[in-house]
Amino acid sequence: MGARTWIEGWPVYRQLTGTDPLGRGTAAESPRSAELIDRTATADRVAKSVCPYCAVGCGQNVYVKDEQVVQIEGDPDSPVSRGRLCPKGSASKQLVTGPHRQEKVLYRAPYTREWRELDLDTAMDMVTERVIQARDRGWEDLDHKGNRARRTLGIASLGGATLDNEENYLIKKLFTALGAVQIENQARI
Amino acid sequence: MAEAHPVGFQWVMEAKARGAKVFHIDPRFTRTSALADSYIPIRAGTDIALLGGVVNYILTNDKAFHEYVLAYTNASFIVTGDYADAEDLDGLFSGYDGETASYDATSWQYEGMEATHEPGSAAESKEQAAGLQHESGGPALEGETAHPTADPTLQHPNCVWQILKRHFARYTPEMVEEICGTPREQFLELCEAWTANSGRERTSAVVYAVGWTQHSVGVQYIRTAAIIQLLLGNMGRPGGGIMAMRGHASIQGSTDIPTLFNLLPGYLAMPSASSHQDLNSWIESLRGTNQKGFWRNADTYAVSLLKEYWGDAATADNDFCFDYLPRITGDHGTYRTTMDMVDGKVFGYFLLGQNPAVGSSHGKLQRLGMANLDWLVVRDLAMIESATFWKDSPEIETGEIVPEECRTEVFFFPAAAHTEKEGTFTQTQRMLQWREKAVEPKGDQRSDLWFFYHLGRRLRERQHGSADERDRPLLDLNWDYEVHGDEPSAASVLRAINGYDRNTGKELAGYLDLKADGSTSCGCWIYCGVYADGVNQAARRKPRTEQDSTALEWGWAWPYNRRILYNRASADPQGRPWSERKRYVWWDEAAGAWTGSDVPDFEKDKPPSYRPSEDAVGPDALRGDDPFIMQADGKGWLYVPTGLQDGPMPTHYEPHESPFRNALYGQQGNPTRKVYGRADNPSNPSPPEGHAEVYPFVLTTSRLTEHHTAGGMSRQLPYLSELQPEMFVEVSPELARELGLEHLGWCHVVTSRAAIESRVMVTDRMRPLRVQGRLVHQVWMPYHWGPTGLTTGESANDLFGVALDPNVLIQESKVTTCDVRPGRRPRGPDLLALVEDYRQRAGVTPETGTRIATVGASAGRAHLENAHDPETDTEGQS
Amino acid sequence: MTLDNRLSGPLDDVAGEAGHTGHPPRMGFFTDTSVCIGCKACEVACKEWNLVPEDGLDLLGMSFDNTGSLGASSWRHVAFIEQAPVAVPDAAPRAVDLPMPSFTRPGDGTGAETRSDFRWLMSSDVCKHCTHAACLDVCPTGALFRTEFGTVVVQQDICNGCGYCVSACPYGVIDRREDDGRAFKCTLCYDRLKGGLEPACAKACPTESIQFGPLDELRERAAARVEQLHGAGVVEARLYGESPDDGVGGAGAFFLLLDEPEVYGLPPDPVVPAKMLPRMWRFAGAAAAAMLTAAAVAFAGKGPR
Repeated sequence: MGARTWIEGWPVYRQLTGTDPLGRGTAAESPRSAELIDRTATADRVAKSVCPYCAVGCGQNVYVKDEQVVQIEGDPDSPVSRGRLCPKGSASKQLVTGPHRQEKVLYRAPYTREWRELDLDTAMDMVTERVIQARDRGWEDLDHKGNRARRTLGIASLGGATLDNEENYLIKKLFTALGAVQIENQARI
Repeated sequence: MAEAHPVGFQWVMEAKARGAKVFHIDPRFTRTSALADSYIPIRAGTDIALLGGVVNYILTNDKAFHEYVLAYTNASFIVTGDYADAEDLDGLFSGYDGETASYDATSWQYEGMEATHEPGSAAESKEQAAGLQHESGGPALEGETAHPTADPTLQHPNCVWQILKRHFARYTPEMVEEICGTPREQFLELCEAWTANSGRERTSAVVYAVGWTQHSVGVQYIRTAAIIQLLLGNMGRPGGGIMAMRGHASIQGSTDIPTLFNLLPGYLAMPSASSHQDLNSWIESLRGTNQKGFWRNADTYAVSLLKEYWGDAATADNDFCFDYLPRITGDHGTYRTTMDMVDGKVFGYFLLGQNPAVGSSHGKLQRLGMANLDWLVVRDLAMIESATFWKDSPEIETGEIVPEECRTEVFFFPAAAHTEKEGTFTQTQRMLQWREKAVEPKGDQRSDLWFFYHLGRRLRERQHGSADERDRPLLDLNWDYEVHGDEPSAASVLRAINGYDRNTGKELAGYLDLKADGSTSCGCWIYCGVYADGVNQAARRKPRTEQDSTALEWGWAWPYNRRILYNRASADPQGRPWSERKRYVWWDEAAGAWTGSDVPDFEKDKPPSYRPSEDAVGPDALRGDDPFIMQADGKGWLYVPTGLQDGPMPTHYEPHESPFRNALYGQQGNPTRKVYGRADNPSNPSPPEGHAEVYPFVLTTSRLTEHHTAGGMSRQLPYLSELQPEMFVEVSPELARELGLEHLGWCHVVTSRAAIESRVMVTDRMRPLRVQGRLVHQVWMPYHWGPTGLTTGESANDLFGVALDPNVLIQESKVTTCDVRPGRRPRGPDLLALVEDYRQRAGVTPETGTRIATVGASAGRAHLENAHDPETDTEGQS
Repeated sequence: MTLDNRLSGPLDDVAGEAGHTGHPPRMGFFTDTSVCIGCKACEVACKEWNLVPEDGLDLLGMSFDNTGSLGASSWRHVAFIEQAPVAVPDAAPRAVDLPMPSFTRPGDGTGAETRSDFRWLMSSDVCKHCTHAACLDVCPTGALFRTEFGTVVVQQDICNGCGYCVSACPYGVIDRREDDGRAFKCTLCYDRLKGGLEPACAKACPTESIQFGPLDELRERAAARVEQLHGAGVVEARLYGESPDDGVGGAGAFFLLLDEPEVYGLPPDPVVPAKMLPRMWRFAGAAAAAMLTAAAVAFAGKGPR
C-alpha cells in the first residue's frame, strides 16, 4: 500500500476532503465493509430442494461452497411458498450442519451402560444376520386357523414421514419379500 | 394452521386480505386464532356435535346447494328398509355385534345393491384398518342395475336426504352449546357465514390437521365436514374442499407408497390369510365384479405391482408370484406390535427417522416394548430418546428399566439429511417434488435408500443358493436399480414406481396404460405418470411467475397431475361452469373435450350427456355427470352404505376418556373403537363408569411453531430451542386460582398411565367452558419434549393410553382426562405410587374403558385381552 | 440544509448527507404487525444468515416470547402481548424507562365470560435505522457508519467495544456481547443489500408482515394499509416511527401497531440525544471545533483490538 493510498484511507483525511464532513458515512467505511459480499453470490452451486419439516412442501435453495452447505433459504419460484420459510425451515442449515449430527455408527451391547463405535460394514453384517434370525424365529407358514400366511411376526419397523417415496418403496418391498408385515409409519400416528 | 404450517397460512392471510372471513375452531386460543376474524372455543373431542349442528342448520334453514346436491351426491338414493339409525337405537346403528364390537353393515346398503363383504368379515376388516384403503377412492359397491333406486323428489322416508335430516335433527345450537361449550351466538355466526359464502358464486374451504384425526372417532370428524361441503357444493371446486394439513414432509407419500401393515402401494389392500389365497380372490376383492369407476381396473394395478416386485419370475402361470406376498390376519398396527414386544413376540425392530419413545401414545409402553427386544436399529440424524431408552428413560429413575438387565442390542446408524440425498417428498396436496442432492453426507451417514438397498443386497447374497421355500420371494426379488458409486439411484426407483412397458421399455404415461397380462410393471399405480416420457416430472420447477396460479408445471400431483380432485364438479351437470367467477374445468362442446385451468379429473372426451348401457362396468358405467369417479356410484357420499366401521352417519360420541356423559345418546363412546384391555394399558374411567371425577380436567396437546413433532429435528438446534426452551402446561387463570398454580411455577399432570411435570403458563388463551351446566377446565401441553437434546422435558404423550379409531387404527391422542397438581412430581418409586394411588381412587382395572357398548344387548361387556394366548387374540380384542 | 437537520428533524437524503454520491434510494423495513403470526421465522432467518449466536435457553413466561428484547445476539425480537379488551385510559402513564412489552399476569381482573374478544398481539421488533442515529453520532471510533442505503451498520473490524452506542440508543437496540465485548445489532443485511437481495428476515416472513423496500414506497404502502384498516373498523391501527418529524427524524424501520407503542415495549417518544446538541453549541459558540476534536478522538481510538 503506497503512502498516498494509505493517507486516502485515513478516515479523518476522507472526512475533511470528501463528501462526508461529519464522518458518519463514506469517510467511516471500513475495508471489510467495502469488500462485503453476500455469500449466496460466491456459492459454487445451488441445489433445488424442499423443506424437510412439515408437509406444506416449501421450496428451498441450498447454497454450497467448497462442498459445505453455506446457506439455505426459500425458493422464490415455488408456487407453494413463494420463497418464504417458517422458523423451522429457516433453521434448516443448522439442522443439516450442526454438531448434533451423528457421524459414526454406535452400538450398545446387551446389558451394558455405554455406546461403543462400530464399523459400518460390520454393523451391516450384524444386522443382516439378525434379520434372518428374527425372521426365522417369528416365521409362520400358517396362521392359527390353518390358512396359509407365509410370513414372519419377528420383525417390525416404524418409519418417520420424512422418508422419501423411493425409500419407502424399497422398505416396503424388501420387508414384504422377507415376509414381514408389521411395517408401519408415522402415517398411522 | 399459523402454528404448525405458517408458510401455508400465507394463503389464508391472502384470502383474508381479499375479503374472506376466517374462523378458527380450537380448544385453545392459538396464533391462528389471533389472526382469524372469529375464534370459536370448543371442548376437545366434540367436533362432530358442532359440525353436526352445522349440518342441521343447513337442512332446517334450507341452505343446501340443491342442484349440486341432487346431481352430485347420493341424497336421492334409497337405503334398505332394514336400516336403523342411531336415532332409533340410542346411539347404535343396525347390525351391531357386541361380541366383536363391530357392525355387520348389510342393513346400511342402498336398496337393490348387494353387500360386498363376506358375512362375518366386519370384525376382520376393522382389525385390518380397512378404512385406509379408501384414501384414493371409495369402497366397492355391487348391483344388478347401473344405479341404486333413487327418489329425485327426496321425499322417500328412507332416502339419504331424509335419513340425514332425521339423524341430525337434535344437533341444535342449544345442543352444540350443551356438548361443546361453544356459545350459541358464536356457533350461529359460523353457520351463517359458512352458508352465506357457499353456493353457485362462492365457495368455502375447510382446513384441519391431527386435531381431527387423532380421535377414537376421527374418521367421522372428517366425514361430517365432507357432508357439509357436499351439501353446500364446495367439493371439486376452486376455493372449496377439505384440506388435510399433514405434518411431515412426506407423510402423504408414506401413505401413498405405504410403509403400513395393511396396504401395498396405491392403497391396494395387503392380502388377508382368511380370504385371499390366490391372485383371483385378492383381485376380485379389490375391484369388485360389477362395479363402476376406476377401481374396476384394480387387476391392472395389482399385476403391474407384482411385476415390479418380482420381474421375470412373476408369470401368469404362477399368479404373478401372488403367493410371495405375506398375509395379514388382523391388527398388526404399531400399537398392537408394541404390545407384542412387551409380550416377547417381536425380536427385531427398525426405527427409521421416528421417535416413538416421545412421539407415540403411552411412552412407557413404547419404551418397555423396546426394552424387551433382541435388537433395535435406529436410523436418525441425531441421538434421540428411542435410541437411548436403556440409559435415560423415565423408567430408569423408577427402576422399571435397569441397564444391566436390559438385553436389547441397539444399533444407531447416522442418517443422511435431506440435502445429502436426492428423492421425492409428496406434500400435503398430493404433489411430488424432487430434491437435488447438495452435498455428500459425512462419515457413516447414509440415506435410507442406501441402507435398504444394501441390506437387501446382503440378505440376498447371504441366502443365495438357499433351497428354503421362504427365501424364494427374497431371491426372486427384482432388486435391479441403478447404482452410482454405491448409492442407489433414486431416479431409477422413481422410474420403476412410475412403471414402464416391459416389451418396449418405454415409461407409462398414466395408470390407464397399465395391463393385467404382465406386459407392464408399475410400483404404484396412482404415481404412474410421474416419469412420463422418461422425464422426472416431479423435478419440474417452472417459476410461478411464468405460469398461471394452478402451476401445473411445478412438481407433479397424483393422479395425472390433477391439482383439485373431482374437479368435474366445478361444472354443472351440463358441463358449464357453475358461475363465471368460479370457472375451473368445463366441457368444450366444439372440441368435444373437457378443458380448463387444471387437468380435468374425468375422462377427457366423455360428454356430460353420456349415459352408460345397463350392463356397463368400470369407468364405462360412469355417467357424464358422475363427477366422483373413484366412487363406486360416481357420487359424493352424504351417507356411507359400506366401507366404514363405525356407522354410515357421523354421530357424536364422547371421547374414550371424558368427564361427561353423552348428552345425545345412551351410547357413550364410539361403540366400535379399538381398545386393548390390559393391565399395562389402563384407561381413565368415563361415565357411565364411576369416578371420572378423579381425573376432572380435559387435556389436549399440539405443536408449537418453534418445534417439530417428537423434537428430533428441533430440540437439538440452538436457534429453535431458544425460542421455546422448556416444556410447559397452559392453564386458565381460573384453574390456576382453583389449584394454587403459579405462573412459571411447577405442576404435575396425572393420568392412569403416568404423571409428568412441567412449568406452568397461566394464560387467558385457555378458558373454562360451561358444559352440561358445569364449568370444565381444559389444559394444554406441547408434546415435543423428552430427556435428550439442548432443551429437555417430560413427554406429554406419556400421559395418553392406547385407544384407536376403528377405521384406520389411529390413536386418540388429542383428548384425555387428567388431574393437575401444584409442585414437582414425586421421584423414583414414589412416582409409581402416586399414579397407582390415583388408579385405586378411580377404581381403574384392566376392564375400565373397555365396556364400550353402553346401550343394547351387549351393554357393559368388557373387551379384555389375554396377552398370553395368541389363539384368542383376534377374537378377544375389539 | 441546516446544521439542525443534520442532527435532528427531517432529512431528505440521509445517505447523501453521509457522503454517498449516486447512491441507491434509502431502504428500510415496514413491519405490519396486523398480519404478524408470531412464528419467529424472522429471528431464525436473521441468525442463520448473520451467524448470530444462540441467546440463552430461558423460559421467560412472557406469553410466547422467550427472546425478551433486542440485543447483541437477538437482532429481531417478536413480542407477544396477551390482551383482554380494556380501554386504554388517556392518562396512561408515559413510561420513563424503556418499557418491557406489557405483560401483566393474565387473568387478573378478567374472567372467562369477558374473554371472548381477547386479543393476542404480535410484533417483530428490529433496529430502527434512524434518520438521526444516536449510536452513530456517539461512536468515537467510526465503527458505526451510514451505508449507501441509508442504513446504520456496526463495522466489526472497527468496533473496540467502548459501549457509548449502547446507552445512546433511545430504543435500547444495540448491545455488546459479553464474551466478545463488541457491539452488535441489525445490519439490515448490508451484505445482502449489496448483492441485490432483500434482508433474510423479510425474505422468510410467511405473511409479509416484514416488508422491505425503498422507504418512500414503504411509507406510501403503510399509509394505504392504515387507511384500509381504518375502513375495516380497525380504528386503533397507527404507524410508529414513520414520521420524519419525530425525535429521530423518522425511522428507517417503522411499524404499523394496533395499540400504543408502550404496549409493545416501544418508547412512545424516542429522541436522538444529538437533538439537544445545537442548542448547547450555540451557547458555547464552538460547534466546529468541538466536532473536529471529536473526529480526532475518533481517529485516535481506531485501531485493531
